Amino acid sequence: MISNFLRLSSEASLGGSFWMPPQATALAANTDALFYFILVLCVIFFIIVVGAMFYFAIKYRRRSPNQRTSDIKGSHTVELVWSVIPAILLIIIFAWGFKDWLALSIPPANALDVRVTGRKWSWAFNYPKDNITANELIVPVDQPVRLTMSSTDVLHSFFVPAFRIKRDVLPNRYTVVWFEANTTGDFEIYCTEYCGTDHSRMLSKVKVLSQTDYDKWIQTGGGLDKANMSSVDLGKLYFTQFGCNSCHSVDGTAKIGPTLAKKYGTEHELEGGAKVLVDDNYLRESIVNPTAKIAKGFAPVMPSFQGQINDEQMNALIDYIKEIGK
Amino acid sequence: MFREKKTSSAGAVAASPGENLLGKENYLNAKRGIGSWLFTVDHKRIGLMYLAAVLTFFFVGGVLALLVRYELLTPGPTLTGDAYNKAFTLHGAIMVFLVIIPSIPAALGNFVVPLMLGAKDVAFPKMNLASLHIYVLGAAFFLYTIFTGSIDTGWTFYTPYSTSTQSSVISAVMGAFILGFSSIFTGVNFIVTIHKMRAPGMTWGKMPLFLWATYATAVIQVLATPVLAITLVLLALERSLGIGIFDPAKGGDPVLFQHFFWFYSHPAVYIMILPGFGVISEIITINSRKHIFGYRAVALSSVAIAVIGFLVWGHHMFVSGQSEFASAIFSFLTFAVAVPTAIKVFSWVTTLYKGSIQYNTPMIYALSFLFLFTIGGLTGLFLGALSVDVHLHDTYFVVAHFHYVMMGGTIVAFIGGIFHWWPKMTGRMYSEPLGIISAIMVFMGFNMTFLPQFVLGSRGMPRRYHEYLPHFAPLHQMSTYGSWVLALGLVIAAYALIKSLYNGPLATKNPWNGKSLEWETDTPPIEHNFHHQPVCTAGPYDFEEIEHKPSTARGH
Repeated sequence: MISNFLRLSSEASLGGSFWMPPQATALAANTDALFYFILVLCVIFFIIVVGAMFYFAIKYRRRSPNQRTSDIKGSHTVELVWSVIPAILLIIIFAWGFKDWLALSIPPANALDVRVTGRKWSWAFNYPKDNITANELIVPVDQPVRLTMSSTDVLHSFFVPAFRIKRDVLPNRYTVVWFEANTTGDFEIYCTEYCGTDHSRMLSKVKVLSQTDYDKWIQTGGGLDKANMSSVDLGKLYFTQFGCNSCHSVDGTAKIGPTLAKKYGTEHELEGGAKVLVDDNYLRESIVNPTAKIAKGFAPVMPSFQGQINDEQMNALIDYIKEIGK
Repeated sequence: MFREKKTSSAGAVAASPGENLLGKENYLNAKRGIGSWLFTVDHKRIGLMYLAAVLTFFFVGGVLALLVRYELLTPGPTLTGDAYNKAFTLHGAIMVFLVIIPSIPAALGNFVVPLMLGAKDVAFPKMNLASLHIYVLGAAFFLYTIFTGSIDTGWTFYTPYSTSTQSSVISAVMGAFILGFSSIFTGVNFIVTIHKMRAPGMTWGKMPLFLWATYATAVIQVLATPVLAITLVLLALERSLGIGIFDPAKGGDPVLFQHFFWFYSHPAVYIMILPGFGVISEIITINSRKHIFGYRAVALSSVAIAVIGFLVWGHHMFVSGQSEFASAIFSFLTFAVAVPTAIKVFSWVTTLYKGSIQYNTPMIYALSFLFLFTIGGLTGLFLGALSVDVHLHDTYFVVAHFHYVMMGGTIVAFIGGIFHWWPKMTGRMYSEPLGIISAIMVFMGFNMTFLPQFVLGSRGMPRRYHEYLPHFAPLHQMSTYGSWVLALGLVIAAYALIKSLYNGPLATKNPWNGKSLEWETDTPPIEHNFHHQPVCTAGPYDFEEIEHKPSTARGH
């Protein structure tokens, strides 16, 4: 167990230090500096308090039943000292935290805009200028990025440990967070506001690319070579990009939602006993208005994709579902 | 020091030192039959029944905690996501609403407060009984919730998740609503009792610090709990009638719920911890044979914490989307509340200086409290700092921090308090070796469980995850093994207490040589506490061992 603990502290594959994940922004370094400042203060105060406790507890242990004790009741000087010194240190911590917080809260004007949608239980990243939607956040290095975020259902929270940023994602309201990555690489995204069944699977990645790789990614429409892809292949990509795969399997197993394998063209039993033919119209309705018809045995938890999915993407998705329905 | 009025007059029944009333008439056998317990207005019996109920729910919440930790032993799923979500929700809700909030005030406080004051009972004995009955009713709603689909919102009931989930939110919320009344009744009772029923001679400045802590707690209970009640009613109306106050689709605001909720629940943190401070002040002084260092500062810091504690709720919401300006103010006030808390810790440690320290079970628990609460308090500084909180919010760092405060603080103080007043409650001494072993195991198990969680959190592990990435596994494993040590320590504590009921040696009326009034009456006390109205002539910590030097003696 202890060896596990030590192994972790030197875990090379993960990067970062014993306490902190890797730093991938300049502001992360600021946050860490304050973290370590507080840590050092805490260790000093802990040693003073607990050290004094152990020292007194041992030195003044009861040696005889009638051991005499001191009649000290207090000391204004001592009490003043131990009120004022912590108060000054606390004000320093506050001011330092506030200064860095302002930097974290105010995005630069030249930031690249990306829209983020949180929904049970996946993330979607939309590049408004280039009309690209992806399920991973692809950004260029050394470029400020402003994320304008909203949720289609409950609260979520967007957390990238390597950037030391976090912001709640709310329904019907935008929240903004920004970062400027200074190293290329892949970094974890977590949902940190509890959102139900698959909260712990609401993960994604930030992929920080060089400017050239990023430009190439944008030019190919999000890494898609649309000209040379069939609609079914595109649909297969969209199926993961929109996070459909986090709830719907394509191999016949039931997950949060029903499987889509061998469904197209069959009769599908609904909650309440009615049946519906799985055709293009039913699939479209289920994507834009998921709670209109609920499949038997499943909870009405799917978020609507109305407004997030364009016609080309819709057609491709339906073509893909048709293909796996055979 | 303290003495009973008329002790010298002929024929007065003054209990001689060492007298034990087991087998004679005392509050435990003054009336018989189950009805004499369920409908008693005796604060001591009500306290004992609260204690039994709180400990029962502590067991339930503890088993759920072990289940949660068992799931987290491996990165992959052991339970389903939904089962895990219900387990951690029930663990949190039971521990907060049914265990920690009533633990020290309602269980220990009910037993001890009137005795310490030299009073016959609390000011409103029937209201006190009502508080217990309401507690049982509220607890019944929680049990009903468990059996009807349970609840999966987290103990915080955040909207809009709580208004849209399929689980039994309304019955759980009604349970918490009802429990709030129980808390208010206890609070009102203690405020009036402490104001009006102090023994002759007991000025505010001569009150034992446990009473100061209970008093500050009672004020928060009365002022903050109604806000929770209103919030929970709004949530129930939102769910049942769709009134839309928290529903963005109808123009409502989901963040408003968080403001309402934390306006109660942050002061509630002080409802939970202040009584623990009181218990620690009693145990440390009595086992060091000294005055508390800085009585006035320790007493008034409870009041300061109670007041400032109302103005810091927004520090739970730095990343929620509330205004940056509001966050800055809340951060500042959060650091302001750290000062009186630090003063208390320094005072307890300095109280040990030049004392005569006895290592009994309550004292080991109290020293353990100082160690754990210091960590809990210091780690709060990371979370109060705005930029650092952005990184740590909703990670295991927060989980570790509040367990150090709520369990390492309140629960450890509560267990220490149970051992401390156990002889007075039951008339029996527990086994000191067993008690000390339990205290050491709880201490070690607790640190093994929760220290790794600070590192998990700062490395980015979010809370309320039932699966996690493999690189977090070693620390999670250590934490789970620690939870087993902790559980074993608690089982030994329970064993020590239960065993003492059967064959513990008879306790004297004042086994710790205490100077506060509860030690002046018989063990266990008679139904009306004192044979005569006791009079308070000196401070609660004027122990015989204190050496009075003419040059430094004050106030005599």
